[in-house]
Amino acid sequence: MKKTLLATACLALGVYSQATLADLSVAIAGPMTGQYASAGDQIRRGADMAIADINARGGVLGEKLKLEVGDDACDPKQAVSVANTMVNRNIVFMHGHWCSSSTIPASDVYNEADILMATVSTNPQVTERGLQNIFRIMGRDDQQGMVAGGYIADTFKGKKVAVVDDKSAYGKGLADETAKAMEANGLKPALREAITAGEKDYSGLVTKMKQAGVEAMAYGGYHTEVALILRQAQQAGLNLTVIGGDTMTNSELVTAAGPAADNVLFTFSPDPRKNPDAAPVVEKFRAAKVEPEGYVLYAYAAFQLFEQAATKAGSTDYKALEKAVRGNTFKTVIGDLAFDAQGNLATPGFVVYRWQGGAYDYAK
Amino acid sequence: MAYALQQLINGLTLGAMYGLIAIGYTMVYGIIGMINFAHGDIFMVSAFIAITAFTLLAAADVTSIPLALTFVLIVAIFFTSAYGWAVERTAYRPLRGSTRLAPLISAIGMSIFLQNAVQLTQGARVKPIPPVIEGGLELWSTPGFTVQIGWSQLLIIVTTVVLMIAFTWMITQTPFGRQQRACEQDRTMAGLLGVNVDRTISLTFMLGASLAAVAGVMVTVYYGVVDFFIGFLVGIKAFTAAVLGGIGSLPGAMLGGLLIGLIEAFWAAYLWAEYKDVATFGILCLVLILRPSGLLGRPEVEKV
Repeated sequence: MKKTLLATACLALGVYSQATLADLSVAIAGPMTGQYASAGDQIRRGADMAIADINARGGVLGEKLKLEVGDDACDPKQAVSVANTMVNRNIVFMHGHWCSSSTIPASDVYNEADILMATVSTNPQVTERGLQNIFRIMGRDDQQGMVAGGYIADTFKGKKVAVVDDKSAYGKGLADETAKAMEANGLKPALREAITAGEKDYSGLVTKMKQAGVEAMAYGGYHTEVALILRQAQQAGLNLTVIGGDTMTNSELVTAAGPAADNVLFTFSPDPRKNPDAAPVVEKFRAAKVEPEGYVLYAYAAFQLFEQAATKAGSTDYKALEKAVRGNTFKTVIGDLAFDAQGNLATPGFVVYRWQGGAYDYAK
Repeated sequence: MAYALQQLINGLTLGAMYGLIAIGYTMVYGIIGMINFAHGDIFMVSAFIAITAFTLLAAADVTSIPLALTFVLIVAIFFTSAYGWAVERTAYRPLRGSTRLAPLISAIGMSIFLQNAVQLTQGARVKPIPPVIEGGLELWSTPGFTVQIGWSQLLIIVTTVVLMIAFTWMITQTPFGRQQRACEQDRTMAGLLGVNVDRTISLTFMLGASLAAVAGVMVTVYYGVVDFFIGFLVGIKAFTAAVLGGIGSLPGAMLGGLLIGLIEAFWAAYLWAEYKDVATFGILCLVLILRPSGLLGRPEVEKV
């Protein structure tokens, strides 16, 4: 009797472990906590919906997907330990990380473990280190900077524009590229400054800009600091327009900056919510009370990319997956994706947006 | 000139805030000889209490700003000093009499605990409030530049001056001040002479916390955004201010805070803003090399 029990237990164990083996682990990683947690939240909502939809369609190659979530808090050291954890969990695909300064060190770990990645980090270095496993489903800072710099030189011709960054890999890269493009278009930055992210007091910088007669500030960095700078500029009686990058899509900017957020312009890929092919998915998000802004649809698209690549390759083996991603075009909610040899988008586009009354739209 | 004056106002506002928090570090060091690394996080907690109180008031339709500010200040001081008391009671008092390093480590643990507790209960997102005090005073108008001081800046500077005077009076003139100074000089002897040492230490922690609470309310009013991480950087700066002024000395903490605020403002104004922190800590190094006990500190005499 005891032996039968034991045997049944063993059998049950076998069945159970097979059931878990049958699930394919995929992962997201980004700032789920910390200063930029709201971006991590967007990624998570997008990924949750994508996985639910894929599983409802029967999974990938007949296997259900299981989502692992890694929290790097945008800290490069933590990003590496998250990457190691994910490798141990045998994931086959990673969407992340979010901050360029986290993606760069983490991608080395995934590369060694042969794990395919799709990221939205925009620093050029992300794809310029010869890694084969990383694909970028967003444009690059140099392209972003070119669009922003051209727009600024055009709109603020003959006026004084400051270029400021937060000394992060993403922020400094973007600000440098923007300044370069501004000069190429005949507008020399009136000020070139950097701030310490995480501080609260930027009145020194604001006063300096006021003294220099600056009307617009090109900013490389994250939305939390922009909100503070705008509020303090308003207090100091300085009417300042800010031109930022893709991180300004976060609606937390509006809650923190208040009406001053209407002075924020930013570059971002053409709004995927306006893509007619994405309409059913957008509806679905809205029905679930999630506004698919910022990175939500990008996360959704990353898993569509994985699903289609695995189907085309007929396998979730790394080599086959990588070949499939490199050689094909994929239909996703953010448009058709195809990649060049480095893993950058073949046809990236950046458009200038403006915040207006709590929503953003193309700037005129 | 107008520009320099404006930066002076900015620096004074920032410095006053650092000074208020620095006093908490310096008082605790003076009385039990430890650095209370959780003090920056006590300040963060007070900012959250302030923002909650403001939200409650808004829900209750209170529109009078002086009334609202007084209420928020009282609520913040009350709850924050309760935190200060609880921190001392749970993390430091059980370790009194052990090695000097033990409470230091327990302070770091407390700091991590407070940060994470707030993150878990309040969320990681920044919490904003709409501007409470708007507008200001135009002091001087030159062509191309107007010097102005915001009402909130004025409030911070005035409150700090008033609190400093009150504190100096309390430490030098009242019975509690006398007990406090007695404990600072020699805890055992003070105990033998009938001073309730534990109570004095608890009160010191509560006083430090209530000053941090005032700073927390000011930050909420002035910057309008609060998150669970604000205590870290401000705590480090205030600690630096306390060391710069001479740890253990009350006027020193205030002087150190003002100096750091001014150095930051003027360095950012005339040199490169990105090296602002380098300048602050560079000057700290210089002062410590030339005057190891800080600007107003007394050299520690080792009692045998």
